[in-house]
Amino acid sequence: MSAIRDKFEELRSAYPAEMSASLVLPLLHFAQQQKGCVTQDDAAAIADCTGVPGIQVTEALTWYTMFRREPAGRHVIKVCRNIACSLRGAERLVDYLRERLGIEVGETTADGRFTLLTVECLASCGTAPAMQIGDTYHENLDEAAVDHIIAGLP
Amino acid sequence: MSGDRVFFTFDTTGDSHSLAAYRSRGGYEALAKALTSLQPNDVTQEVTQSGLRGRGGANFPVGAKWSFVDRKRGVVYLCCNADEGEPGTFKDRWILEHSPHQLIEGILLAAYALGARHAFVYIRGEFDLPLRRLRSALEEARGAGLTGERILGTAFSCDIVVHRGAGAYVCGEESSLINSLEGKKGYPRNKPPFPAVKGFYGAPTVVNNVETLANVAWIVAHGGAAYAALGNKANPGHRLFGVSGHVNRPGLYERPTGYPMKTLIFEDAGGILGGRPLKAVIPGGSSTPVLTAGEIETLTLDAASLQQAGSMLGSGGLIVIAEGTCMVHLLQVLTRFYRHESCGQCTPCREGTAWMDDILARVVDGRGQSADLANLQAIPEGILGNTLCALGDAAAMPVLSFVKKFGDEFEYFVANRRSLNGGCLEA
Repeated sequence: MSAIRDKFEELRSAYPAEMSASLVLPLLHFAQQQKGCVTQDDAAAIADCTGVPGIQVTEALTWYTMFRREPAGRHVIKVCRNIACSLRGAERLVDYLRERLGIEVGETTADGRFTLLTVECLASCGTAPAMQIGDTYHENLDEAAVDHIIAGLP
Repeated sequence: MSGDRVFFTFDTTGDSHSLAAYRSRGGYEALAKALTSLQPNDVTQEVTQSGLRGRGGANFPVGAKWSFVDRKRGVVYLCCNADEGEPGTFKDRWILEHSPHQLIEGILLAAYALGARHAFVYIRGEFDLPLRRLRSALEEARGAGLTGERILGTAFSCDIVVHRGAGAYVCGEESSLINSLEGKKGYPRNKPPFPAVKGFYGAPTVVNNVETLANVAWIVAHGGAAYAALGNKANPGHRLFGVSGHVNRPGLYERPTGYPMKTLIFEDAGGILGGRPLKAVIPGGSSTPVLTAGEIETLTLDAASLQQAGSMLGSGGLIVIAEGTCMVHLLQVLTRFYRHESCGQCTPCREGTAWMDDILARVVDGRGQSADLANLQAIPEGILGNTLCALGDAAAMPVLSFVKKFGDEFEYFVANRRSLNGGCLEA
């Protein structure tokens, strides 16, 4: 709670005065960065700091796809399955990852190491197929490259 | 052509994105020139004269957009739209990663022209390296007195705030972006009033795309007339064309408008993977109507040429599709996307994108029905023009054009419960 308050105080100086509401997204990002997901308590604390109605914070939390309300695996693998990646083998890549990790899309491995997700266009169309693990982009992928990347993760 | 380049004027190295490197390429000279020898209106005039049009996809004249702002009303905001998400488009990301100072200089020049004390960069939440590069460039700029109070010792002050999105394609729409920037879910607003009249926190607001703003320093440095002389007369300048899909050398190509599409695909991008024949091109991001190989023969990359062919230049992202690709499967990739990204505000888009995707998912699964093809024409027609923002049209146009131009494949799939092309997407 107080971590969110501290972050709020830090961020508000970067924005013009009277723009506290604009800090909803930055604070949701901050909360998620801290614990891997955003809880109802976080949302309440954000509403409290920024002065926006709680329902507006909850709407933002549930509307944007990047925010998670439940914890995920240590590494969240997001495979792009949009048009350019599909034309360069994204479906094959998703199948390969499902098989290699032994989970379906949306699931987390039993050891909590990986969560597998599919996402829409990551703006990597010229270097397709692509995926993002955590924040990091991996591009021009094939099965061997995926193996190498997965093996290199703790 | 290299002497006229606006973007690819340097080799990308480990530090080509730095302030020192940008300065060595003449960076921030246009800003110094503007702040010391040009009035704000002069900057707008140069941009108007340049004929520069919005590079986010809507192709709106930039000078006109700036002119709509009533500077006498007090606070004005500038928002840079870095929420690049149109499938097939990856140019803004390149600018943010490799030439962030070019964008910052453009933002400052636009802010000077508009009288904006604060500018915001709304950047895609997924963008990691672009965000880090932009932030470090802004730190460098601030340290060098290029942002903040009394820039370069003049009376002009401007702070640039970086704001991360959180995963929503629709936030690339300007009024949705503004709502998101205000801490709300990104529902597009009804228009009018347009943002230039009533935008961010009710103030006049200009929203410009990254590539658009990254052109401005060149225009101020060389003059609007010099820019207007580049490329196609009616639709001048250079663009960062992205080529993706079934080509041998996918990537970004800076080319003048009016450049032949076939040259870009077959020479610059190395032709079709595996030497297969060309089947189709989606010319300007996934929302623009698909063109058959026959239709692109004489096309040039400018608004009029694409319009004549029944499509659009959009964001300049060409998605190239080889012969043998199953267009039914491919269309379902797109309907799935638009269904996912429809914000839910307007009924025709919310329901229509879901219906189209349900039908296509069923067809692809071999459970197509005889009425499906007619519905895949009627539903998008019901969406077109009936939504607050362009996402509805963006979802409708691919469906209408795929079904119209590749109707035989859809009919075959429904009748035979399998693809005419073996269901293949990869070349």
